[in-house]
Amino acid sequence: MTNIRYNGNPLWLGTLLLALLLWSANPLFAAPVPALKGHVNDYAGLIDPATEKQLEAALAQLEQTDSTQLLVLTIASLGGDNLEEFALRVAEKWQPGQRGLDNGVLLLIAKNDRKVRIEVGYGLEGKLTDLIAGRIIRNVIVPQFKEGRFDQGIIAGVTAIVGVIRGEFTAAAPEKPRPGRQSAPPGLIGLIALIVFTHLIGRTNRFTGAIAGGVLAPIAGALFLNLGIIGVLALIPLGLAGGFLLGLMGTPLSFGHTVRRGGGRWPGGFGGGGFSAGGGFGGFSGGGGGFGGGGASGGW
Amino acid sequence: MKSTMRLALVLILAVGLSGCGYNRMQQLEETVFKSWGDIESNLQRRADLIPNLVATVKGFAAHEKETLQAVVEARAKATSVQLSTKDLGNAQAMQELLQAQGGLSSALSRLMVVVERYPDIKANQNFLDLQNQLEGTENRINVARQRYNQAVEQFNAAIRKFPNSLTNSLLLHLDRKEYFKAESGAQQAPKITF
Repeated sequence: MTNIRYNGNPLWLGTLLLALLLWSANPLFAAPVPALKGHVNDYAGLIDPATEKQLEAALAQLEQTDSTQLLVLTIASLGGDNLEEFALRVAEKWQPGQRGLDNGVLLLIAKNDRKVRIEVGYGLEGKLTDLIAGRIIRNVIVPQFKEGRFDQGIIAGVTAIVGVIRGEFTAAAPEKPRPGRQSAPPGLIGLIALIVFTHLIGRTNRFTGAIAGGVLAPIAGALFLNLGIIGVLALIPLGLAGGFLLGLMGTPLSFGHTVRRGGGRWPGGFGGGGFSAGGGFGGFSGGGGGFGGGGASGGW
Repeated sequence: MKSTMRLALVLILAVGLSGCGYNRMQQLEETVFKSWGDIESNLQRRADLIPNLVATVKGFAAHEKETLQAVVEARAKATSVQLSTKDLGNAQAMQELLQAQGGLSSALSRLMVVVERYPDIKANQNFLDLQNQLEGTENRINVARQRYNQAVEQFNAAIRKFPNSLTNSLLLHLDRKEYFKAESGAQQAPKITF
C-alpha cells in the first residue's frame, strides 16, 4: 500500500508541475496591466531618475494647460502577449484623457520584445494620426533606441507627440462627470412606486397596508434590485413594517404635509442612498478617455 | 376612489413595462448598431487606403501585376458587399460580407509578402506611411470587431432571458444578431512562391 502511494506521489506532482509550466508558457495568457503610478511608469527601468522627474513635470504641465493626458509605460517584457492588444488593455484600464474629450495618449515600450507603440485616444486621432504616430516611432524614437539611448529616445518621442497635440484641447472648462445628476436608476423608480402604492392601500386600513407592503416589497426587490432569494425573503418583514407605518401617515400623495407633521417618521426600512461617487480621490488617475485602437506600432 | 384606482393602474403598468426589459432590449440593440457602424467605417477606411498603396507599389514593382490585380479585384468585391443594420440578423448576408473582406485581407497580406523582396519599397517614406495607416486600420477593425461581438453577445442573451423573451415575442420582435467572426480567408498564411 505504502509503496504504491510513494510511487504515485511524484507522478502526481510531476503532472501538476507540467501543467503549471504549460499554463505559464501559454501565449494566450494575458500579461497583467501594471498599476498606474503617474505620468511616467518606468517598470523596465529604462529612464534615469533625473530624466523621469523632468518628464513627469513636463507631462503634468501639459495636463494642466491642455487637459490632455500623455502617459508613458515601459515594461520588461510582454510575456508572449500581443503588443496591440496589451496596449489597448492598458489604455482601457488607465483611461488617459478626459471623459467626453477622449484626449489621451499612451506611449508603450516593451524592452525585451524591442517594440514600441503609441496608442491614441479618439479625441486626438485627427491630429495624431496613425501616419504621424508611425513617423514619430520610425524617425524619432527608433533611431535613438537602436543606439541604446533610451532616455533620449523617450524624451524625443514625448516632445514630438506633445508638439503635435498641444493646443488641440484646452483645460479651460474640463467637463467633470457627475454621477449623481444622471437619470434616476431603476431601483429608485421602483422604490418610489412601491412607497406610493403601499401608501395608497394603507390609507384605507393599516393592516391591509402592512400586507401590501409585505407582498410588494419583495416583488419590487426582485424586479429592480436583483436581490437573491435571501434578500427577497428579508424584505417581507421590512415591507410589513413599512406598510404599517405608511398607513399611519395622512392622506395619499400629500407627503409635504405628512413629513412636516411626522417630523422624520420616515420608515427606516426603505432608506438607503443608492448613489456612490465615481471620482478617484487620492493618487493619480486617468480621466476616463476612450480608445478605439488608433495609433501605430514599431520595433527596433 | 376612481382616480385612486386609475393612478394605481398607471403605476402597475409603469412598473411592469420597465421590469420586462422593453427598454433594455432596445437600448442593447442600439449598442449593436453603433458598434456595427464602427466596423463599417473602418472597413471603408481600409478600402480607401488601397488605391494609394497599389499605386505606390506599382511605381517600384510594376511587373508584380498578378498580385496587384488581385488586390484591386478583392477591393472592388469587398466594397460591393454592404450590410445594413437590418441585415445584421441575416446569417447568409453576414457570411458574404466576411468572405469578401477576408478575400481582401488575404490579397493584401500576399502583397505585403511580395513587397518584402523589394528593399527599395521598404525604404520608401510614402510606402512606410501607408503601411502605418493600413496597420492602424487593421488594428481598429480588430478592436471594433471585438466590441461589436461583445454587444451582440449581450443583446442575444438579453432577448432570450425571461421575461424579456416574452416581451420580445409579443411586442418588439427583435432578431438575434450575427457575430462578426475572424475572416476565414485571413487565417490562411499566404503561400510564398519564388
